[in-house]
Amino acid sequence: MTVIVDKCFGGKQGAVNLAILAILLLVIFPLWLDLFRLGLIGKYVTYAFVAVSLVLLWGNGGILSLGQGMFFGLGGYCMAMFLKLEASDPISTKIQTTPGIPDFMDWNQITEIPWFWMPFKSFPLTVFFVLAVPTFLAFIIGYAMFKRRVGGVYFAIITQAIALILSILIVGQQGYTGGVNGITDLKTLLGWDIRTDSAKYVLYFINASLLIGVIILSNYVLSSKFGMLLLAMRDKEERVRFSGYDVSSFKIFIFCYAAMISAIGGAMFTLQIGFMSPSFVGIVPSIEMVIFAAVGGRMSLIGAVYGALLVNFGKTMFSENFPELWLFLMGGLFIAVVMFFPDGLAGVYRDHAKNFNLADWLIARYTKWFKKEANMLGDKV
Amino acid sequence: MFGYSMEEVGNIVVMQGFSGLSLFSVLLLMALGLAIIFGQMGVINMAHGEFMTVGAYTTVFLSKMAVEFDIVNSYFIFAIIAAFILAFFIGYFVEYALIRHLYKRPLDTLLATWGLSLVMQQIFRSTFGAKEVSAELPEWLLGSFKPTPDIDIPINGVFVMGLALIVTVGVYLFMFRSRGGLRIRATVQNRMMAGAVGINTQKVDRLTFALGCGIAGVAGAAFTTIASTGPTTGSLYIVDSFMVVVFGGAASLMGTIASAFGIAQAQSILQFFMTSSMGKVSTLMTIVIILMMRPEGLFASKVRK
Repeated sequence: MTVIVDKCFGGKQGAVNLAILAILLLVIFPLWLDLFRLGLIGKYVTYAFVAVSLVLLWGNGGILSLGQGMFFGLGGYCMAMFLKLEASDPISTKIQTTPGIPDFMDWNQITEIPWFWMPFKSFPLTVFFVLAVPTFLAFIIGYAMFKRRVGGVYFAIITQAIALILSILIVGQQGYTGGVNGITDLKTLLGWDIRTDSAKYVLYFINASLLIGVIILSNYVLSSKFGMLLLAMRDKEERVRFSGYDVSSFKIFIFCYAAMISAIGGAMFTLQIGFMSPSFVGIVPSIEMVIFAAVGGRMSLIGAVYGALLVNFGKTMFSENFPELWLFLMGGLFIAVVMFFPDGLAGVYRDHAKNFNLADWLIARYTKWFKKEANMLGDKV
Repeated sequence: MFGYSMEEVGNIVVMQGFSGLSLFSVLLLMALGLAIIFGQMGVINMAHGEFMTVGAYTTVFLSKMAVEFDIVNSYFIFAIIAAFILAFFIGYFVEYALIRHLYKRPLDTLLATWGLSLVMQQIFRSTFGAKEVSAELPEWLLGSFKPTPDIDIPINGVFVMGLALIVTVGVYLFMFRSRGGLRIRATVQNRMMAGAVGINTQKVDRLTFALGCGIAGVAGAAFTTIASTGPTTGSLYIVDSFMVVVFGGAASLMGTIASAFGIAQAQSILQFFMTSSMGKVSTLMTIVIILMMRPEGLFASKVRK
């Protein structure tokens, strides 16, 4: 039992923190917020997948990828392509020149569905591609770069350039990708209308549970020997290499894993929000996702989720009320986090909660209560 | 080829090649500053584009003043100098307030300067408005000359190129033929030893960073002659200029020139024959693939690792 707690939840304290997050996401938010606000939270939770992936990659692995947005976007696009094909059946698109193809293809004088859209007619294949396409791209990039020992800032710049390439490509190839508008007007998933209120609730719960699952899996990865090696590589890469470990393979693995997590977030985004566009692929979203992880704490999986929630909540608040202040705040946040709080919220929490161990407190309190109840019960019997 | 006769293709290549040269000049000026900051100090300055915008807005502002005082024909030289000085001092201040605390954490510098660039963009937007503005150009910069009836070469392009060449030669002379450059190179090679022989390495860092920013300011002044300036102008060039620096081999001046030339030419010629986005995509893709095969860039200094 304790082994499982240590491995999957990061110890007693970690288990309590994870439970609090789970209660917040799965019980408090759905009861407290109306559906519109809950939808916003659902959107932020999809970003939290990317933030968690960056904790693994950047906080623990020391690899800063400025292209996580492209994995998020690829996962989202794969899902969106499936939903779009389902939404463009010949009956509902009969006013088009060529019925049965997505509307933006019709606008761009394309008369048949291109070959790379074909696999997305099947749902199992789509799920496979949501996970496989970003992972495969990450594998190619990782293999090419880490085998040649490219790291640090070079890696950041090159991933950024690749994110730029992908977003220009998506915007430029309007007929195949929907261009700047992205893929919109998504209606049903296997005949199930995703726009109804009940569907939104169901998707929200799936999304939040997936995130908890991903955190547990990532905790397991980090507490394994691999996680130790990851930290060692971040701090003294040469020493790990000279100890006989194949550093580049570890880096490729964590990069692929991070890409896959981000892609799950992207696919959930498409399902919940009902569209996907290149504005989630390029440089700006990719680097904003880094700030979610930085604000939450680059070493803390759970902190990253709070970081994503808080920064996006702030963004929504400020861009609704004081749009011109938002960039100042965002810029200031980048600078302040780097200069004064390198460990983010999780660091602040850790420093202030040092003398106050929530897990022990809860356990002590409830054991006492339980003993008292048990005694009373015993007295009665 | 693509439905053009050979002669037409020739003319297109010359004219697109020439518009590529204007892009080359701006990229080169941007990349020179970056190469100094990144190549010499290892600092990633994501706000470099915004320093260029500082130079551009300075020029636009001075040109409005010049129209008022009726000195449009001669203000431009002063505008270049003013752009340099302003960007230099802002850079000096930024190094003092921000960068010097982060030398040991290069990835964090990247994030902090990105934040700085957001703040600067918003300052531009609040001060000068979201609309693009353009400078009043002196008459001698307008128009074009025609070596043959079919070829049109704009004079501002020639001017920008001349400016880029002068700045490049200036940077070369400063880095390799002056006391200041010697101090910078010494600090880069061995900081402890440089400090031991009496070089104030902190001051050298500050001046190096400020110099790179100043050159970005000159790039901005040059930029106003070929396009109009908006709050996000600089950020459009930042990835390109980083690619130039990395592709050329970070510490090599020759490499920066060669890769700026190659990238600018490839982009502007390909953009004519394909769509504009595909031209850019294929250029960037080629660079990324070459960089994956040769991560140290084109002209890497030969060092044993």
